[in-house]
Amino acid sequence: MNDVIGLAPWLIGIPLIGAAILLLGGKATDRWGHWLGVAASAASGVIGFILMFRMIGTPAEERSVDHHLWTWLSAGGLDVDLGLRLDPLSLVFVMLVTFVGTLIHVYSVAYMDHDPHRRRFFAYLNLFVAAMLTLVLADSYLLLFVGWEGVGLASYLLIGFWDTGRPSARENAVAAKKAFVMNRIGDMGLIAAMALLFAGTGALDFATTLSDDTLGSLSEGTATAIGLCLLLAACGKSAQFPLQAWLGDAMAGPTPVSALIHAATMVTAGVYLMVRSGPILEAAPTAQLVVVIVGAVTLLFGAVVGTAKDDIKKALAASTMSQIGYMMLAAGLGPAGYAFAIFHLLTHGFFKAGLFLGAGSVMHAMGDQTDMRRFGGLSRFLPITWITMGLGWLAILGIPPFSGFWSKDGIIEAAFIPVEGQPWRAWVFGTVAVLGAGITAFYMTRLFFMTFGGRRPRWTENQHPHEGSPLMWWPLVFLGVGSAALGLVLGVGGTFVTWLEPVVGHAEHHEPVLPVPVIITSTLVVVVLGALLAFRMYAMSLVPEEAPRGSFLTRAARRDLYQDAANETLVLKPAHGVARLLQVGDRDVVDRGWSLLPQVLSWFGAVFRKAQSGYVRSYAAGMAGGVLVIAVVAWLVVGLGGAQ
Amino acid sequence: MTPAGLEISGGETVLFWVIAPLMVLAALGLLFVKRAVHAAMCLVFVMVSMAILYIAQEAPFLGVVQVVVYTGAVMMLFLFVLMLVGVDASDSLTETIRGQRWIGVLIGIGLAVILGGVVANATFPPAAGLGGGDPGGVANPQALARVLFGDYVLAMEAVGVLLVTAAVGALVLTHRRRLTPKQTQESVADRRIKALPDGVVLTPLPPPGVYARSNAMDTPALGPDGEQVPQSVSRVLRIRGQERPAPEGPAVVVSTSSTRGATSSTPESERDA
Amino acid sequence: MDITNYVVLAAVLFAIGATTVLLRRNAIVVFMGVELMLNATNLAFVTFARMHGDLTGQVLAFFVMVVAAAEVVVGLAIIVTIFRTRRSASVDDVNLLRG
Repeated sequence: MNDVIGLAPWLIGIPLIGAAILLLGGKATDRWGHWLGVAASAASGVIGFILMFRMIGTPAEERSVDHHLWTWLSAGGLDVDLGLRLDPLSLVFVMLVTFVGTLIHVYSVAYMDHDPHRRRFFAYLNLFVAAMLTLVLADSYLLLFVGWEGVGLASYLLIGFWDTGRPSARENAVAAKKAFVMNRIGDMGLIAAMALLFAGTGALDFATTLSDDTLGSLSEGTATAIGLCLLLAACGKSAQFPLQAWLGDAMAGPTPVSALIHAATMVTAGVYLMVRSGPILEAAPTAQLVVVIVGAVTLLFGAVVGTAKDDIKKALAASTMSQIGYMMLAAGLGPAGYAFAIFHLLTHGFFKAGLFLGAGSVMHAMGDQTDMRRFGGLSRFLPITWITMGLGWLAILGIPPFSGFWSKDGIIEAAFIPVEGQPWRAWVFGTVAVLGAGITAFYMTRLFFMTFGGRRPRWTENQHPHEGSPLMWWPLVFLGVGSAALGLVLGVGGTFVTWLEPVVGHAEHHEPVLPVPVIITSTLVVVVLGALLAFRMYAMSLVPEEAPRGSFLTRAARRDLYQDAANETLVLKPAHGVARLLQVGDRDVVDRGWSLLPQVLSWFGAVFRKAQSGYVRSYAAGMAGGVLVIAVVAWLVVGLGGAQ
Repeated sequence: MTPAGLEISGGETVLFWVIAPLMVLAALGLLFVKRAVHAAMCLVFVMVSMAILYIAQEAPFLGVVQVVVYTGAVMMLFLFVLMLVGVDASDSLTETIRGQRWIGVLIGIGLAVILGGVVANATFPPAAGLGGGDPGGVANPQALARVLFGDYVLAMEAVGVLLVTAAVGALVLTHRRRLTPKQTQESVADRRIKALPDGVVLTPLPPPGVYARSNAMDTPALGPDGEQVPQSVSRVLRIRGQERPAPEGPAVVVSTSSTRGATSSTPESERDA
Repeated sequence: MDITNYVVLAAVLFAIGATTVLLRRNAIVVFMGVELMLNATNLAFVTFARMHGDLTGQVLAFFVMVVAAAEVVVGLAIIVTIFRTRRSASVDDVNLLRG
């Protein structure tokens, strides 16, 4: 392992250099810039593969390596060393980010072919890859925070990529700002968590803070506070309730961005943070419970919203939110759930990226149309997209043996494991997980058949859908194969769980409250029921071109369960009120008070100004008079001849 | 070191009572005379009297210095400056600042009363005296020199530096930078030659006419052609209109007014230059 | 006669000098008032030297003279400069620092 560890910094360095060249090179790099971006990402991927294979050849207990680079900060008692941590967990992310990332780079070459700013797009993508790798490879919370902000920046730049400044592009700018601001709330949580952690343990690196000795010295209250702050950070980055509102709007960015950043990688950083900080959460059962609740709420929230969306990308975004809810739920369950959280993250990264790229392919074919009610019957015209998206659809449904089954089923089983003293938990969260699986089946089937199914196309005039260039469908094929087979490869025999064991710890085997076969069967039954319902509604019958009014729940879901209205009422309005109050107070109390002071001073000045006649003799008279007064006073005080 | 007790001689008493009122009178002159020169003379009197009092008070060296430095140097400097500023620039004694006169008078009287009162009320030790003109006494200049160049040698040096600095400072302050090139005889001649096309006369102007009737300067001379030459009369007289026409003679008589009109355009300021 | 008469004379001369400074407007005369005050103090110094039988008073008077000479030189130079630019030696004309 140690002979190739020197390559690790280049994982980050190559994409970063690529981004720098593309950003600083200007128009000179326009012609070949996109290929440089692909090459940088691919080079990172190759290094990742090398490290991966070396790690597989290493004994399990030696797989976690901290690679010290240099001392970053040395201030008083604070010494922050900049270093990279290579362990099974971070390498899973490295593989996901570089592999999926490279595929999406390749896809983007074709997808952004006609965009005049394609070079800039690839610069941002490279920047994102570098930042994401920094995030997952960091060996301390501080460096993790650097990557955390880096991906936030890249996300902001890419959501607003099509913001040309024209009024028609306003949506992009607003979406970018919304994502930026909501992410800042989460970042505040991360900063607060770091501050608390530093105050409690005096260190920020994983090796120290996450060790049993250090955590043993923390009180449960502190650990809970840190855990909740970390959860806030994770909520912001991963679009979890209550900071979920930005993800849907973020779909304003180019589709490859939605696939890479807002589905496969960046939004899962919150899950990574939770799993990485697992020991802290285990020391704070309350925080753990909150994590599970947040996961469960988001799971249902995203699923319900997904059922009503007609915009294909927004439906997928809601689905992403819901799937990350599954991961969060698992991350809150302790060692039993960590491995499955990451496993689901990995499989989700593949099938959701595939679904998004497929959606992009559909949009590409339909002239940037995103309304699913204007699709239909596309399976004949886009066979490759149809098959690959079908694989992704089966994967997300959790149909065995596709990849989603292996990971999601693990989470559902883990949710049913009873917690000592709180028997209700297993039932509640287990049921929610199963229910979520059912709704997922419904909306994904709806999406799939509204797009590809149906005999009668509902296209707008003069559309001739056809597959894009090989650059676009080859990545789809790769991702489709991954969606189909990854779970089988890694899930059978618990390969993946064993792989992660050095990091997340060995989970004691607990029996769920229901027998495992019962859980699997009932989940499958619910999923098939949901899928059949959707098939009946959207494949067997005609889909109206205009959305029907729908029930109250449908309308609410269409409007994201009033999340924006809720934010407006609960946060914006009171904040505006406070701001207005402060403004009035500042103007009428502070400003007026301070302007009183110069007024008084200028009045004094006007009075004393008269004494300054400019006549030397007046001043001399003043001095002489003063001498006289002092002499008289001295005389009166000391007395005549009193000096004797 | 000093003889105990000091008797002030009758001569000194007389001297004091003669000089002191005169000094006060002269000092008051500073307040009341109009011309600065007179004030300076009053001050000179006060200072010379002061020198006499110094000598009477066993300070012969200071008396001499007083005469040399104050009356000889300082007051002369005052007089020089007065001449520079204008000797006869008399100072109006009317007060322009409201209330200044009363304030000044009150402060003056107050100072006199307070200082006098303090002196009158203070109890002084019996006067010791300095041993008169006794060569071994402390009053002689050698003793003073010993103190000055012994205990106070550093102060002496510092004061010397101060004097030099003051002299240089005065030079710097009164130095006037020349803003125009210096006028030399050559440059004046050049200027006049250059002005020749403008009608400037290079040669001396003709003198006024001299006639049997009168040889005043107010009559213009007659040229060889019998014409009157207006430039021969002083410009001042011509401007004042005090010019007298030349007497009628056998020569061609020309009306003075037309002649004056014809030649008045000639620049004549050169006569005065 | 008492030796304190000299001191009283000094006090009177000092008061007259001070009044001159306050009342006269011609800068040169004002200067003379200052000189008169300095001379009055010198008289007091000399008198006290004689009264106490100590030469220090005379030394001080000497230094006062020297410093006064320096002061006069600079002061008169200033007056000349002001006169040159303003064509006036009145202290009231120099009131540009009016508030």
